[in-house]
Amino acid sequence: MKVVYTDSLVIGGGLAGLRVAIASKNRGLDTLVLSLIPAKRSHSAAAQGGMQASLANSVKSKDDNEDVHFGDTVKGSDWGCDQDVARMFAHTAPKAIRELAGWGVPWSRVRKGDREVVVNAERVTITEEDDDHGLITSRDFGGTKKWRTCYTADGTGHTMLYAMDNKAIELGIPVHERKEAIALIHEGDRCYGAIVRDMITGELIAYVANATTMATGGYGRLYSISTNAIINEGMGAAIALETGKAPLGNMEAVQFHPTAIVPAGILTTEGCRGDGGILRDVDGYRFMPDYEPEKKELASRDVVSRRMTEHIRKGKGVESPYGPHLWLDITLLGREHIEKNLREVKEICEYFLGIDPVKDFIPVRPTQHYSMGGVRTTPKGESPALRGLFSVGEAACWDMHGFNRLGGNSVAETAVAGMIVGEYVADHCLAHDVDIDIGTVRKFFDREQAKIDALLERTEGENVHELKAAMQQVMMDKVGIFRKGGPLAEAVEELKALLERSRNIVVRAKARSANPELEQALRVPRMIKLAICVAKGARDRTESRGAHAREDFPDRNDRDWLSRTLATWPDDDALEPELNYEPLDVMRMEMPPGSRGYGNAKTIEHPDTAKRVAEVEAITASLPDADRHEIQRALMSYELPEKYRGMNERSGVGTA
Amino acid sequence: MTTNGQPKGRTLVFNILRFNPQEKGDKPRMVRYEVEEAPGMTIFIALNHIREQMEPSLQFDFVCRAGICGSCGMVINGRPDLACRTLTTKFPEGEITLMPLPAFELIGDLSVNTGEFMRSVAERVESWIHSEEAKAPDLDVLEERMDPDTADAIYELDRCIECGCCISACGTLRMREKFLGARGFMSVARFMADPRDDRTDADWYEVIGDDDGVFGCMTLLGCEDTCPKDLPHQAKIAYLRRRMVKA
Repeated sequence: MKVVYTDSLVIGGGLAGLRVAIASKNRGLDTLVLSLIPAKRSHSAAAQGGMQASLANSVKSKDDNEDVHFGDTVKGSDWGCDQDVARMFAHTAPKAIRELAGWGVPWSRVRKGDREVVVNAERVTITEEDDDHGLITSRDFGGTKKWRTCYTADGTGHTMLYAMDNKAIELGIPVHERKEAIALIHEGDRCYGAIVRDMITGELIAYVANATTMATGGYGRLYSISTNAIINEGMGAAIALETGKAPLGNMEAVQFHPTAIVPAGILTTEGCRGDGGILRDVDGYRFMPDYEPEKKELASRDVVSRRMTEHIRKGKGVESPYGPHLWLDITLLGREHIEKNLREVKEICEYFLGIDPVKDFIPVRPTQHYSMGGVRTTPKGESPALRGLFSVGEAACWDMHGFNRLGGNSVAETAVAGMIVGEYVADHCLAHDVDIDIGTVRKFFDREQAKIDALLERTEGENVHELKAAMQQVMMDKVGIFRKGGPLAEAVEELKALLERSRNIVVRAKARSANPELEQALRVPRMIKLAICVAKGARDRTESRGAHAREDFPDRNDRDWLSRTLATWPDDDALEPELNYEPLDVMRMEMPPGSRGYGNAKTIEHPDTAKRVAEVEAITASLPDADRHEIQRALMSYELPEKYRGMNERSGVGTA
Repeated sequence: MTTNGQPKGRTLVFNILRFNPQEKGDKPRMVRYEVEEAPGMTIFIALNHIREQMEPSLQFDFVCRAGICGSCGMVINGRPDLACRTLTTKFPEGEITLMPLPAFELIGDLSVNTGEFMRSVAERVESWIHSEEAKAPDLDVLEERMDPDTADAIYELDRCIECGCCISACGTLRMREKFLGARGFMSVARFMADPRDDRTDADWYEVIGDDDGVFGCMTLLGCEDTCPKDLPHQAKIAYLRRRMVKA
């Protein structure tokens, strides 16, 4: 048995994982990153439009600050997020941007003087102040009060990931590429690393670690059409689930992005609409103002996706061999703007659609995009049930997104959570010893080897590709944008049947070394387990909140459902998870539940809401001379690593 | 017409290099597969079809399948390119030959190990900001200002996706094993353009001022011809040479 020892093991080499590794290394710990692929190819690179942080440099973002960013994030989450975490995040985001600027990200900058922009389909001139020239600029995104999304053209994730990975290389952090974690090593309430398969040689290796951080991204590929990279199969969450201990949070919270191209499902950034692009129907009619007169195309993602789907259902979609779609029109932005700030979008349109978005409308449709759910953690990023297991980024349910993530808040989360959780990971490593018996490691190693042996020996059984396709179709048909009790119940049963069948997969390719079919055979049963967590969570949550929209329960129900779903997998023979619910404490909330201000959505109030609203008002009124920081502290104290507690300076206003 | 109302597509012929160096006794060979073309079909879609329907052991790499991650560089009818965004309609004769990128270690079939190579380039060029000031940054204060045009110019050179097409198309690299290659030169140009980086021309001369560096380039410009991101390799190699002559 080959064993590798390290202090801090990070599984996943995207932005979040790399940032945790950097934090560990900077604290003097032995650190190692595992990745399916070279780190610079991680899905983080696909983030196009930008990263939210309340720098307030551009004229359209003046008066922005942590409070406004926090408020937008909580509202966006439909009050489903952990407000402590949203505060930690909003406070640290400006520091993350500035750190990455120091590491080489060429953030687009403010240019003093007049410039033409498109707002609500009209060209207007805005004037940037001389004092702000050369500071980091930002663009408009959905669901935000200010222009807060910092960017480098529409290659933001790419430049961030390259800067982050280069920093990791500078620090000499090894990235073990083409390695797949297939099981966590754990005993009692403690995690000790992972059993890992070398995807080239097929060899198994035990990585024994003091802290193990899951940074494996989302589970978008449970759906047949997704904007996600094809490696986003949720394996980090799945092997955490398979411990039988670590819970997954809010797996039913799945985001659909309004504008992926048809049929390929490739994303065109929200920046298209942020910069002034609009949505049109089969008649060329701009329909969003009819549904959302205030925010129009820049309502929150879940809202725009639902409105588009409603409009298509009214027969206003454009028919195509791949089903109906709508149009994204960015022609009004002009060639110069598109070729400079939306060039990746232009390339995608040229290569995959054969059109020029300077002149042509882009065929788009809401498509699976983001996993709000994931490995449930405390605000420190640690699993509440398995000490030494951390999770960060899209893989985690740290829970700053609740039931709907704002555009620009995902890459922001990766960098910010990496900074914050990275410190807590290091704290853990410095405070604990690795006290595991090698026999325990051997037990997990042998178990995984036996599973692979059995798979390779089986001569008759199920085809893995067929099972995967069937699962993906169930998710598309029955666990999509709009959900209903009947189809959800069917989905759970159909997925359970698929899980049973997946216990009898046969692989035709028998190589022990690099073998793509064997990889899928190891993953697909785990993917089906995650799919069941999503479908069952959605079936049982009889309300609508954020991206979880139940046609049979259209109201948000704070009275019964202001809670986070926790899924645990009882044992190897089980066909479904146990669901438990972690209530959100209204009496602790800085921002008690309210309305997001979209459509005519109704809310069934929580009994504590009125009480907490009164309390918040009383606390605020009792501090007539206090500044916003003092009021915030009085309303809800939250934790942060010492080094990130400083107040953020802004142009022209200092730290006010 | 087929059952789904679509006209029946052409029959495409794929000739693919098959070889798994991990399996003892396996030998490189070309294997022919036939695939019915579908509307909007890319080589990504076709290869997955072949793997799912015909050849479960077929190795290839895709991650984003959107032309932005650089995983799927391969030699397509003799030319290095990104397979994910190559439409099959691009080939009127309907025959497509796929080979792994040369110059990299072969993992198997169409999959090559670009990761180790690219990391070694990053280490050689030290592709990170060198700045004494940035070593202990104060993250609470306003960021350092940068001219907007400078930021845009850096981004232009920062768009490389490390697909390896330039390396596999490089004639010089065949002659000089340690030749840095266009990816490395682009990285040097990118950090040279960055005012946050303190390195001087004398420092850069140490990195690229010899025949394994920019003076070794035979100017065959396979890099310029094959770069899927249309990065200005020719202009930057010429620029680095001029600058290094003066250094």
